[in-house]
Amino acid sequence: MENFTPGSALLGGALIGLAAALLMLGSGRIAGISGILGGLLARSTSDGAWRLAFLAGLIGMPALYNALGGGVAPITLDASTGLLIGGGLLVGVGTRLGGGCTSGHGVCGSARLSPRSMAATGVFLALGLLVASLVHGVAGG
Amino acid sequence: MALVIALSAGLIFGLGLTVSRMIDPAKVLGFLNLGGSWDPSLSLVMASAVLVALPAFYWVERRGRDLGGRSVAVPRKWPLDARLIAGSALFGVGWGLVGFCPGPAMASLGLGSGRSLIFVVAMAVGMLAVDPLWPRLRRAASPEAGNRVG
Repeated sequence: MENFTPGSALLGGALIGLAAALLMLGSGRIAGISGILGGLLARSTSDGAWRLAFLAGLIGMPALYNALGGGVAPITLDASTGLLIGGGLLVGVGTRLGGGCTSGHGVCGSARLSPRSMAATGVFLALGLLVASLVHGVAGG
Repeated sequence: MALVIALSAGLIFGLGLTVSRMIDPAKVLGFLNLGGSWDPSLSLVMASAVLVALPAFYWVERRGRDLGGRSVAVPRKWPLDARLIAGSALFGVGWGLVGFCPGPAMASLGLGSGRSLIFVVAMAVGMLAVDPLWPRLRRAASPEAGNRVG
């Protein structure tokens, strides 16, 4: 457990919860990233502007944090290009079908005590743990 | 005002992912992979986020309106259907393979990660494929329902 970072995990989680609370209090919307992006791509609604604004903030912050001297370490993305494409397709199809991801179901839905979201969270956590342990278990040592 | 709120929420969300390091798939896989040197950080991120968001959601839902007085439409809480479970299972498999879910994948674009872009484009293609494909899949799975519709 030498990689465990409880302090930054609690702080970062609180910020994510604060962002979700702000969006719900201020405009009655769910801060689910797959839903925000999916709705923008589907163009079925005319409310694209707030979705773009949210995503601009989400993408802009890590860059801003770095620019202000925060020194964000580069991420480690070990997956092969084929795995990136396959995994991306699965995450895209799965979150659109299931109507949410870690933020929409896992954070917002759980905070709403929604049985649909808690079931979804249980299922994707179980599959994520199983697949990651099988695929990365030995290699990850 | 709605745009300022959305932008601020996005910025704070991105800060949370950056500070907690959930933006890094290696950190996420440290939690999902029980075979390695296990890192429980992700569970604390989730628990902390849920606890902070809970009072706000409870208050707005009970009131039925946001702070500006506009009526709020939130997703339904029931039923647990096949689409929800199958979709969440597929998502879990992709998450376990790469260590990326939609939020961190999008946020990591801000760090200029070109390989993240490959994942995000594939994810967008997957999202776009569902709306036209799902009705056909459902008809194929249960022909009776298809006949009734047709």
